[in-house]
Amino acid sequence: MSRMSGWALYGKVGRKSRVVLGGLSILLPLLLWSAVSYVPFIWHPQVLVTDPGGEDYLEEGMRMKRADFERAVQEMHAAGQKAPEGVAVNPVYLPSPGGVFSAFVQAFVQPDSRGPEKSILQAFWHSIQIIFWGFVISSVIGVPLGVLCGALPALSRLVEPSVDFLRYLPAPAFGALMVAILGIYDAPKIAIIVIGTLFQQILVISNTTRKLDFGLMEAARTLGARGKRLMFSVVVPGILPDLYRDQRILLGWAWTYLIVAELIGTSSGITWFITQQARYQHFANVYAAMALIGIVGLGTDMLLGFAARFLFRWKQETE
Amino acid sequence: MSAGNGTTVDYRVLPSDVAERMARIKDRDVVLRVENLGKIFAQRGRETVALEDINMNVHRREFVCVVGPSGCGKSTLVRILAGLEQASSGRILVDDKPVDGPGPDRGMVFQKYTLFPWRTVCQNVMFGLEMAGISKDESRRQAMQWLQAIGLERFAESLPHQLSGGMQQRVAIARALAAQPRVLLMDEPFSALDAQTRVRMQTHLMEIWRKIDITIVFITHDLDEAIYLADRILVLKAHPGRVEEVIEVPLSRPRRAEQMTSAEFQATKAHLESLIHTPAEETPDEFEGTEVPLLTLVTDVVE
Repeated sequence: MSRMSGWALYGKVGRKSRVVLGGLSILLPLLLWSAVSYVPFIWHPQVLVTDPGGEDYLEEGMRMKRADFERAVQEMHAAGQKAPEGVAVNPVYLPSPGGVFSAFVQAFVQPDSRGPEKSILQAFWHSIQIIFWGFVISSVIGVPLGVLCGALPALSRLVEPSVDFLRYLPAPAFGALMVAILGIYDAPKIAIIVIGTLFQQILVISNTTRKLDFGLMEAARTLGARGKRLMFSVVVPGILPDLYRDQRILLGWAWTYLIVAELIGTSSGITWFITQQARYQHFANVYAAMALIGIVGLGTDMLLGFAARFLFRWKQETE
Repeated sequence: MSAGNGTTVDYRVLPSDVAERMARIKDRDVVLRVENLGKIFAQRGRETVALEDINMNVHRREFVCVVGPSGCGKSTLVRILAGLEQASSGRILVDDKPVDGPGPDRGMVFQKYTLFPWRTVCQNVMFGLEMAGISKDESRRQAMQWLQAIGLERFAESLPHQLSGGMQQRVAIARALAAQPRVLLMDEPFSALDAQTRVRMQTHLMEIWRKIDITIVFITHDLDEAIYLADRILVLKAHPGRVEEVIEVPLSRPRRAEQMTSAEFQATKAHLESLIHTPAEETPDEFEGTEVPLLTLVTDVVE
């Protein structure tokens, strides 16, 4: 195989290299994780006791530091009693890939809730509803306002300074306030996502709107376009691909506010699932839930990116 | 008239057919009238006079070129005519009606490619018609006629970026003309094109102009282009931008490439060059004080 391309500064990556590197970027971390989990002499700092032997304070299923375990074995040897037995394990917070995978599969195979516990899918569905409404409400205000601010300098001067101030206030700081105003259920959670997204959205989109090629605007004006017609025939279609890209990035931000939002009031959704499972030390479930967030987030973004190729063919090819 | 010897030909002497033509043009209505137009740019408290007391009348179906040294404000002039910039003084009348701001009565072709990249070629040409409130079907019908006129109907459904620069400018001309302006303003529309394409575009533009009723004001820094295209050439001088001279081009129509070697052409060009490049008029420009450093100082000289 020829030398892999793409390692020169600002060089180009060939198609083959791209596929190989893309695969490796997923495989390498997984391999590292598998190695740490399945090869006993890599790390494994603890011992899971399988037989307490003569030591009183040991119990079956207990985890302890390797050094402490060895000391216990020596003590028992010296006392002439039965030595405790155990296997080297990783800490409870690092389950193996297989364990996480089976927890992940379990979530889909057995989606019904057991008792009052919500299943991972039910919890996640709740989260998706929160983020959907948060993002929709934010966009309904933020996109038109952002476009108008970008196109009307006076409005921009009127709106942007205060928005600039508001965006520096961390969204979680509004938590208590939102609960006081909107109660403890879903409304304050949606509000936190709106607060986290909206102010950035206004500024990012107004900036995108301002970057529209001025030559196109002037050409349109000499062709008799003005006011609303200019807006909808030139400004909107002209910025649409960039606006779409902005929305994709902002959706990613909305996800980061989700976890904070779900801790507000009565904790709910995937965050509630994660904290609950962590409390039971079911870390395989915790990782499965985190993976689910990642997969759904990346999946929607890839889907939207793929759609953009068809929606904005003119932009793709001119760049 | 002795051909070949430029010094004996006076550019001011019009051949009889050209003189007759000029007289006919001057009998026609004035479509575009510029009165005492001035433009002052204020920047950081300093005022720069870009244009001062510009007067000109452009008659119906006349082809006027505007030339001048860099910084004479010819682009500012055409942008004011288009309504994209405000004049500081004076006024502009189209068909004796004062105009303010951009409008469909003055079409414009820009130096930059300004086709809407998300619209197909046909939709681009339809734009001005749609803005005038004409129905989609009728706009499409007229746009296709324009595309036929410029010979690009095969590309009606293509997107602009699939076209060469010359083709894009042809579409831009069609788009401006489709809106049925009284005056077509062109701001160095061919200067981004390569030399060959430029010559073809000039011929193409004259073909279009011959066929339809349109008055053209054409900005250029290319003197050959100005003489080849224009009935009259408005020469501006810089600092401040003022009208230096208005030259009636002593070439008969239809124009042919061979005329570029004629004595009249050469005499006109020599005169234009003397107007634009006079050393006395040379003003401090961006090259002053940037002498090339003495590179030999850092080399090993072995002699």
